[in-house]
Amino acid sequence: MELALNQPAPLLKRLSWFDWLFAAIVAAGALFALSRFGDYMDIYEKAILLAAIPSLAVFGWFWKPFRPLFLVVGAISLFAISQYQGNLARMEEAFFLKYLISSQAAIMWMCALFGLATLAYWAGLLARSEFLMKTGSTLTWSAVALGFIGLMVRWYESYLIGIDVGHIPVSNLYEVFVLFCLITAMMYLYYEARYQTRQMGAFVLLVISAAVGFILWYTFDRGAHEIQPLVPALKSWWMKLHVPANFVGYGAFSIAAMLGAAYLLAARGILASRLPKLEVLDDVMYKTIAVGFAFFTIATILGAMWAAEAWGGYWSWDPKETWALIVWLNYAAWLHIRLVKGLRGPMLAWWAVVGLFVTTFAFIGVNMFLSGLHSYGTL
Amino acid sequence: MNTASHSFGKSLFELLSSMRFAISLLSILAVASIVGTVLKQAEPYNNYIIQFGPFWFQVFEKLGLYDVYHAAWFLLILTFLVASTSVCITRNAPNFAREMKSFREHVSEQSLNAFKHKHEAAITQSPETLAASAQRYLEGQGYKVKSLPREEGGVLLAAKAGSWNRLGYFLAHSAIVLICIGGLMDGNLVFKVQQLLGYKKIETRDIPQSQVPAISRLTPSNPSFRGSVQIPEGSSADVAFLNVADGYLVQELPFTVALKQFRIEHYSTGQPKSFESDIELFDHAGNKVREATIAVNHPLIHDNIAIYQASFADGGTRLTLLGWNLFAPAASSFPIEGTVHQDTTLTSAAGDYTLEFTDFRPFNIENMGGEIESSSDTMSVLGGSPVSDKKHLRNVGPSFQYKLRDARGQAREFSNYMLPLELDGRWYLMSGVRESPNESFRYMRMPLDAEGNIDGFMRLRGALLNAELRPEIAARFARQALPQEAWGTEIEDKLKFSATQVLALFAEGGFQSLGGFIEGKVPEAEREKAAGTYLRILELAAFEALQIANRQAGLPAPAADDATGWLVRDTLNSVSDMFVYGAPIYMQLTQYDEVKASGLQLTRSPGKNVVYFGSLLLTLGVFFMLYVRERRVWLRIKPGHALLAMSSAKHTIDFEKEFTQHAQALDTLTQQASPPAQ
Repeated sequence: MELALNQPAPLLKRLSWFDWLFAAIVAAGALFALSRFGDYMDIYEKAILLAAIPSLAVFGWFWKPFRPLFLVVGAISLFAISQYQGNLARMEEAFFLKYLISSQAAIMWMCALFGLATLAYWAGLLARSEFLMKTGSTLTWSAVALGFIGLMVRWYESYLIGIDVGHIPVSNLYEVFVLFCLITAMMYLYYEARYQTRQMGAFVLLVISAAVGFILWYTFDRGAHEIQPLVPALKSWWMKLHVPANFVGYGAFSIAAMLGAAYLLAARGILASRLPKLEVLDDVMYKTIAVGFAFFTIATILGAMWAAEAWGGYWSWDPKETWALIVWLNYAAWLHIRLVKGLRGPMLAWWAVVGLFVTTFAFIGVNMFLSGLHSYGTL
Repeated sequence: MNTASHSFGKSLFELLSSMRFAISLLSILAVASIVGTVLKQAEPYNNYIIQFGPFWFQVFEKLGLYDVYHAAWFLLILTFLVASTSVCITRNAPNFAREMKSFREHVSEQSLNAFKHKHEAAITQSPETLAASAQRYLEGQGYKVKSLPREEGGVLLAAKAGSWNRLGYFLAHSAIVLICIGGLMDGNLVFKVQQLLGYKKIETRDIPQSQVPAISRLTPSNPSFRGSVQIPEGSSADVAFLNVADGYLVQELPFTVALKQFRIEHYSTGQPKSFESDIELFDHAGNKVREATIAVNHPLIHDNIAIYQASFADGGTRLTLLGWNLFAPAASSFPIEGTVHQDTTLTSAAGDYTLEFTDFRPFNIENMGGEIESSSDTMSVLGGSPVSDKKHLRNVGPSFQYKLRDARGQAREFSNYMLPLELDGRWYLMSGVRESPNESFRYMRMPLDAEGNIDGFMRLRGALLNAELRPEIAARFARQALPQEAWGTEIEDKLKFSATQVLALFAEGGFQSLGGFIEGKVPEAEREKAAGTYLRILELAAFEALQIANRQAGLPAPAADDATGWLVRDTLNSVSDMFVYGAPIYMQLTQYDEVKASGLQLTRSPGKNVVYFGSLLLTLGVFFMLYVRERRVWLRIKPGHALLAMSSAKHTIDFEKEFTQHAQALDTLTQQASPPAQ
């Protein structure tokens, strides 16, 4: 009698065969890695690997497009690895590696595709063309896939350089910038589907393009793409948790700032008819700051716990730590105003935009202008 | 009076718990924190005096800017934050707890009608039937539902979801209080109070640890500290040093730490891979209680004290040296023994010197040039291969540093390599010199002879500086330079005179004085030519000097080949550099017995677990607050009529969507019961 009502079914019943296949592949991959490389891992690394199985599976169930992305990245990365045949020099010999999927080639493709995606989104926004914006989405998805392939292959390449050199590619400013682009793009794609609107892409892709610009400058001017062995302070399993958590925060805050900018323009009538309604911009801005704040909180706590193990104290008022606190306080104040005072509108949008400057300073400014314990990320 | 203080207390309570105050505090804390990142904290006070001058130095010191995060005013801000948060919790707690439990079932129909989000529907079924199905629906949506028959007829369904949002508030805000308390437990508040009351005093003198008086010592029972100590291999320590302001305190440890060995491992590229110390812990009776290897990221925790690998240094390497008198007219060296971190006095005709050995490094990874190839293939489009080409990095062997201080207290710093370096295809011993620590080293390079020693250089140098040899050198030079028929003529005399003069000038101040002489005597137009001539004379004369020096040392004559030519030229350059080298001796390292020291950090932080527990609460709290939405639904059902009302503290798009869904559900439920329309 109540069949007509859209009662939510229990989670497990809502899962399709593809969901289960995905989870099975994730589990099989992780267990294979554990059986093959377990001897080289410490107990914490094994725990992280095992915890990755449910985390990735549930994430794929929660956000369905993650499943094909994961499988494509996995398959192409494995193909790239097979092309190496255990020999680094193949990077410049094997066709696919040389032009497409060696780490550096893939990352450069990612940069190019993000650039094109930005153009497509803007052309679509200005010409009110759904087709162009769809192209933008597709390009962004492709860029994300290639970026992840690049990082995966880079991870493998680092072990080819030397067993003791190998490490997860989140250890220096170049690698985390790639990670930043990927996380920001993925979060944006999630909201794009959730809110059924692609117009925000034009703004969000701008901040990604800026990061891409930095990556290119950093590569060609500074040769920062070279894989360096880890300094002793970074040789810890904490890095695998602390760094990505931080970049979920940075990525989310960047999206919020770009939407804040879009909000301010639309509120003044600029592009207003082309952008989503103000309420939507406001809502996504709030959501990204909320998720960013949650992850930034976790990242800072993880950082403190790592610091307690590496530097002898969970809090040393090191410039990076202090700026992390400043960022945290900034968004804590933002959330208080929004949630408790119920305030909306241009003031919070402005605040979100200013927040990006604070965040950027904490992210790169500290490394450029201030010295401290976090000196591995220096320019 | 009573009312006045009562109202003051009340308004203070109001202020502390107000949102505006809380947000101001967050902002003030953020701005205050910036200060300590812009100004380098806890530097030696001398650096600040140089940076700001004596006046501003004192002003900033009074403001506590050199240790912002422990300054009284900063702690005051934190105290206010804790107070504000606590007051906020106490103020909201009873209300929120009530709210969490309450279904707000006493809401009147009138007020439901005034809701912004309400939906009405006509019903055909009995109120009880609809209430039952609606309750099932709402429970399916995750609501807790209370069904209340109403006296005036019909049923009221009061439903709520997401009460944990309020729990999140408690968790997050008590977490802030906990974290601050934990931080305070690990801070130096106890010491500050003791210092204020005069029980403790910072030691600023550079004296042996054992002589530090009790007033600057902290007992092992000190609940929290973070100190460091450097232990040479084979030695031990039972104290740590805490840096405070411009001095230090001695923290006595409940055990003795002995360092057996300190190791550095390197990657193939030369970068350090790991720092490890093998340590042993002894109790004060001398019994070994623990043995462990600590490394970066792998501390040892004993007796609630965590021992970290923090740094390393030289622990007093013993050096065997050869001192060369640079301005002696003969090759003369003397043996010296030295130990890093210790001083030696040198007595010379020019006065006494103090030799202060400051450091020894067993490895030096240097960038030996090596151009980065710029190729035009695909790889360069990609920015090149990510595999770095580190072939130009090379370990050039041990080096040691020392300061040479003259009788007036002036010192220069030297850095000498033990092994020769290959530069432009020839081998040299390098000695760097600088006047102050912020300069980079300028290097004097001393060429090696055919045997691979600097003896050849030293002999030639001695001969060049030896005035007694000059007539012979000049005579040999003139004979060599002139054809036999010119021997004994006036030309030969002139040449001899020139050579003597050039040699004398060179021995006075190298190329510098030769240049000065030319500038003073030769017209501008002819200077370049004259310089060329003098240089040629000098080189040829130096070759003759080498012949004589070798003969005097009982060695075979040098071969007249390129190698000798370069030896002569390089020696001339080096001798010329000697005049600006700033020391009358060169120290050649011949042997060393390395002793390393490991820098350990020792921490006792009782507040750590409080902070971690607070962090856990904070994480949970933040998630509950941000991701659990509190909503309430009321459904007032009377015969023939149903009223749906919904409320939430936050009116987001999601809320609007959910309300629409519930409204549609109500419509579906009310229509289901009605007989199919004919």
